[in-house]
Amino acid sequence: MQGWRGFRKSYFVYSFLRDPMAMGSFLCLAILVMVSFGAPLIAPHDPYDSSTIDIMDSEMPPLWLDQSDARFLLGTDSQGRDMLSTMLYGMRVSILIGLGAVALQAFMGIFVGLVAGYRGGRFDAFLMRLADVQLSFSTYMVAIFFGALFQAAFGMGRYEQLAVPLLVIIIGFAEWPQYARTVRASVLAEKKKEYVEAARVIGLSPGRIMWRHILPNTLTPVLVISTVQVANAIMSEAALSFIGLGMPVTRPSLGSLIKAGFDYIFSGSWWITLFPGVALVVLILSINLLGDWLRDFLNPKLYKA
Amino acid sequence: MFAFFIRRVTQAVFVMLVISLIGFTIKQSVGDPLREITGISVSAAERDALREKLGLNDPFLLQWGRFLARALQGDLGNSFYFKRPALQVILGKAPATLELVFSTSLLVVLLSIPIGIYAAVRPRAWLARFFMGVSIVGVSIPVFLTAILLIYVFSVGLGWLPSFGRGELVTLFGGWQSGYFTSDGLKHLILPSIALSSIMLPLFIRLIRAEMKEVLETDYIKYARAKGLKPGRVLLVHGFKNTLLPVITVGGVQLGTLIAFTILTETVFQWQGMGAMFIEAVDRADTSLIVAYLVFVGALFVTVNTVVDLVYGLVNPMIRIAGRR
Repeated sequence: MQGWRGFRKSYFVYSFLRDPMAMGSFLCLAILVMVSFGAPLIAPHDPYDSSTIDIMDSEMPPLWLDQSDARFLLGTDSQGRDMLSTMLYGMRVSILIGLGAVALQAFMGIFVGLVAGYRGGRFDAFLMRLADVQLSFSTYMVAIFFGALFQAAFGMGRYEQLAVPLLVIIIGFAEWPQYARTVRASVLAEKKKEYVEAARVIGLSPGRIMWRHILPNTLTPVLVISTVQVANAIMSEAALSFIGLGMPVTRPSLGSLIKAGFDYIFSGSWWITLFPGVALVVLILSINLLGDWLRDFLNPKLYKA
Repeated sequence: MFAFFIRRVTQAVFVMLVISLIGFTIKQSVGDPLREITGISVSAAERDALREKLGLNDPFLLQWGRFLARALQGDLGNSFYFKRPALQVILGKAPATLELVFSTSLLVVLLSIPIGIYAAVRPRAWLARFFMGVSIVGVSIPVFLTAILLIYVFSVGLGWLPSFGRGELVTLFGGWQSGYFTSDGLKHLILPSIALSSIMLPLFIRLIRAEMKEVLETDYIKYARAKGLKPGRVLLVHGFKNTLLPVITVGGVQLGTLIAFTILTETVFQWQGMGAMFIEAVDRADTSLIVAYLVFVGALFVTVNTVVDLVYGLVNPMIRIAGRR
């Protein structure tokens, strides 16, 4: 209780409440996350339950157009699934993959950055060179290539079955250098401080110094890049799904819904692709804006300018 | 400089070796080369003999060495689907991609420089704020969605522009099929180029704006202004010229992003370039074409990055000692 009151009075909350942009994007994000994770409760239909889907209901327009059906607020897709429900479930898949990929890349990046920064020497030089080279290839390229390779290795059917963990691995692996470099940079700065020296003098093991003493002091920049990384991971997932290297249409994410709808845009069924598209853009935009605010808040260097 | 040169080239060779190793491992683990050349009627004994003759029982590293030697001579294996050398297939698709990339670069250069400079000079003007706002939104919209929206508005809705393919082509010398010389070909280029530049433009506008803002703070700009030079000359000759170096370096490094977004754009517009070919190869499980593309793009990429680094090292001596960034 004490902690909560302290938090409410903190400068963090104060400056958050003063910034309408941050408030708005946070609100937007909170609503999207809540409705997507509450999809089984909120959604009017279950897109995974094939017994409720009727192919006769396919390609119905949203409620405010002609020939619509009162059951389907945002219309239906080519298989007769309710757009609204499918989008809610799809957004849940997208967010889950985004969070999973960021957790994986944060774990890999923090581990590599911490060890490389603390140990230094050849080991550090090699790992950072590796990170540089991988970054220079751009994360999208790496993700697309690994997606293609996994699909070639597993075959289309198995790949679709394992799509969620595979996408988490692919996107997580494609973006670890971001974390490694951020963590390493702050480890190098922290390493020289007295408290690390003191810990070393009283004979703590290097592992303990790294994880218990240095790591907590490097977490601020990690937090800052994490928001943007989640947005990036969701974008990567959508891109991979769009070119057919991601989630199958039977278990749609926002990206594969857009892909599925794209085939019907020429027949005038714009809603199948546009609604998931708008949801994706709003999701990414609100995460990015929130990330921008967080960066400005946590990075005191910017106040000087 | 010589040491720097050697270091960068060694690194480039090492990266290429790693890429070829990855490519070769995939080739080894996925496809069986014997199945490509023999039919069902070939007996097991004959197969074994052939396997021995082709050196498929040799140690992994020896086979990798052979793969490398062939790759250096431009032989990246045959595509299963096209039944032609993979490199030939890739090079045949290259003109389409290059034309798309060239028109996009043209758009990016023509738009990002004036907008970037303007936003740096008048950061508070409403038009500058508008551009910056649009660029945040532009970064947040995935390129395939921009492409779909463009198609929906300009092809399906208004019917002004074609939505897929390259249109009428003219064959130039050396078999280069170009869409630049027919009005139909040019029309087909418009939407893909806009879609692709929608993702590259914000990046460059922000970059030019940031660099330009920094340069405008320096003393020599103040001095040039105090001397009474024309404002336009101060901006372009004294200011903008000095932002070029970082812009070109960062731009060179964006090549990977550009290639990735080309894949997406080509998929949407069914543009018959290297990116669409790659995705088709993935769909057809044409492993040897996938590997060839990986090695080809990797080589292209490593070459460009190394050259950019070397040029940068040549111009900025600090880099040679400290390493990049």
